[in-house]
Amino acid sequence: MSVGAVSVLRLVLRRELTLSFRRPGQLLQPLVFFLIVTTLFPLGLSPQLSLLRDMAPGVLWAAALLASLLSMDGLFKGDSEDGTLEQLVLSGQSLTLIVIAKTLAHWLVSGAALVVVSPIVATTLAVPVEAFPIMMLSLGLGTLTLSWLGAIGAGLTVGLRRGSVLLSLIVLPLAMPLLIFGANATDRAIGGESAAGALYFLAALCVFTTTLAPIAASVALRITLE
Amino acid sequence: MWTWFYRLASPPSVYRVAGVFAPWLLLSAAVFIVYGIIDGLAFAPPDYQQGDAFRIIYVHAPAGWLSMFAYTLMAIAGAVGLIWRIKMGHAVAAAVAPVGASFTVLGLVTGSLWGRPMWGTYWAWDPRLTSELILLFLYVGVISLRAAFEDPNRGDRAAALLAIVGVVNVPIIHYSVQWWNSLHQGATVAKFAKPSMPGSMLWPLLAMFMGYMLFFFGVLCMRVRAEILNRERQASWVREVVRA
Repeated sequence: MSVGAVSVLRLVLRRELTLSFRRPGQLLQPLVFFLIVTTLFPLGLSPQLSLLRDMAPGVLWAAALLASLLSMDGLFKGDSEDGTLEQLVLSGQSLTLIVIAKTLAHWLVSGAALVVVSPIVATTLAVPVEAFPIMMLSLGLGTLTLSWLGAIGAGLTVGLRRGSVLLSLIVLPLAMPLLIFGANATDRAIGGESAAGALYFLAALCVFTTTLAPIAASVALRITLE
Repeated sequence: MWTWFYRLASPPSVYRVAGVFAPWLLLSAAVFIVYGIIDGLAFAPPDYQQGDAFRIIYVHAPAGWLSMFAYTLMAIAGAVGLIWRIKMGHAVAAAVAPVGASFTVLGLVTGSLWGRPMWGTYWAWDPRLTSELILLFLYVGVISLRAAFEDPNRGDRAAALLAIVGVVNVPIIHYSVQWWNSLHQGATVAKFAKPSMPGSMLWPLLAMFMGYMLFFFGVLCMRVRAEILNRERQASWVREVVRA
């Protein structure tokens, strides 16, 4: 039975999304984590609004990166434990395509969800409403890039018992450019300046990882599964 | 056509060749380093701005340079092992990682010691120091990933892939860190513009580069030998070597 590339993408994507929506509690976890981490900063530093506004880009971005990495660990884990992943590898379909579909589905329920919640968090950090579009756009590009990087990390650590800490250890250094450009774009948007430069960089990183990371992640899966 | 290469890359021959090279590399490294240290620390003229504090460059700059060279070498060796399935590639990659990480730590420590008299603080978020720190994180990631696998073959290949991904990222990280700092602080930190050095300062520095390089390869040869003995401990030739 031969299935075209597009239908592979669609089928895997639909399966992943169905599985995630069957367990809504798990979907909320990264979002709640995001909210809690960003609450720590006003409590730990100072509730002074001008200070918070200065800290906001860094806090938002660091919390978003941590929150989406937290759920990255589960990208291949469930499927690897029940043997589905092996079946997918053996299905004769391109593993890269399957990785793309799984990562996209994962981003939709984690990264994109974070983008949707980010205005709430931003409001508590005194970010002006005018900065929301740029902030959300940068977070969208950044979390998607992080998902691609995380897919490589998840592929490398899938068989390991204590994979999740290792996953962060591997992926966070690679994600530092995201933090730099993302926080910079947000910072400029808050200051009312043009954030185009930083956004272009984020978009370039996003395109770069979208093209290469799925290949690296599928190689990683083949290494850990064989 | 490639048989000679595979024969040369077989564990016993690498073990033997590395054993022949190691003492010579270390001996010549000692010569260069002793000359570089004495000439650099005692005879080179003090810098007109930084005085004698600049002399740490003789220990610092070669370490920083080698830390990046070693990471690249680790990725190349890993790629060789991954693509052509040459076991010695992985052995070399595994042997390089801790050495490279040590040079990174040395670069960071000497850099911050230099920062104390120059910047008045042990740690400034200078772009070069920051990207060196991230490089250290990358090393730690590769080393711990390799160690996390119970099956050494998988650990080797996973670490190799991570090293390759890292090597693609190193320039991106490097330039984004520079961009970040130039935006946030401007020129608060005295920029260390490539000084055109007089020969009396430059020669000891070049000697130190050479000495560090030779030392690195000498240590690498010894570590590769140890790595081979450990990996091939079931092989009959290793038993003979160990018994002898």
